[in-house]
Amino acid sequence: MPTVELRFAALNGHVRTARMIATAVSRRAGVPAGAADEIKLAVTEACARAVRVNRRHAPQAPVHVALTETPDSFTITVADRGQTGDEVAPGPDGGLVTASTLLDLEPDSAAPPWWSEPAEEDVAGDSGGFPPGLGLALIEGLVDEVQISRGADGVGTVVAMTWHTGPAVEPAKPLL
Amino acid sequence: MDLSLTTRQEGNHTVVVVGGEIDVYTAPKLREQLIDLVSGGSYHLVVDMEGVEFLDSTGLGVLVGGLKRVRAHDGSLSLVCTQERILKIFRITGLTKVFPIHSSVEDALAAHE
Repeated sequence: MPTVELRFAALNGHVRTARMIATAVSRRAGVPAGAADEIKLAVTEACARAVRVNRRHAPQAPVHVALTETPDSFTITVADRGQTGDEVAPGPDGGLVTASTLLDLEPDSAAPPWWSEPAEEDVAGDSGGFPPGLGLALIEGLVDEVQISRGADGVGTVVAMTWHTGPAVEPAKPLL
Repeated sequence: MDLSLTTRQEGNHTVVVVGGEIDVYTAPKLREQLIDLVSGGSYHLVVDMEGVEFLDSTGLGVLVGGLKRVRAHDGSLSLVCTQERILKIFRITGLTKVFPIHSSVEDALAAHE
């Protein structure tokens, strides 16, 4: 059973609330202080993504966040009710692509397509022209263990992020 | 903490001092500020991030959007940041290749002289 659960309407203003709660609960769970910044960013990206996905496909549905503490780990799951796999950029190994790969910013190569799009495109959207999936790609670079799955009833996507709080273990590479 | 924004003129550069949290909720304010500056003819921007406590991908997107806008006018957008937790986000996204990042406003201004 989760230690703390939170459901919030799919509005950007609530993402900060989720961030504050996750930070407070992780502190209590004994997550090392150095991981606090990772947790803040990871929960923010996962919740902001879920808000966008719900607003596209199920604007009335809340975003569900569960914070679960075990003796040797701390897990945050963020579940949306949108189209499964929306804003998920899978990597070649079945995990998630990394942010730098997704953005494809090689100093010598031609600019990637998202970069050459005119700036005016950014006014309407929230992504700055970034390719979809950047939020999760950032998480991939931050979190010990990330797992992406379909919602239990077949609807939406669940992002599960785990930090180890006990003795060091080799993190398993999760599959999409 | 919410987002705070102040601007000042340093020669032909406009320094934007950002403080607090830049996230999916507050980033639109920063975007509006950058758009206003560019529409007002300020094409050389220095964004001072030393007071930023939190930055997410939406914030990165707004900075990239700002950079695209000033570049359209042959301008520049450089960042001032020494905070490891913020620099890390630029590194893992590869955006260190896109933004000139300086350790002080003076350095950022001097780089353009």
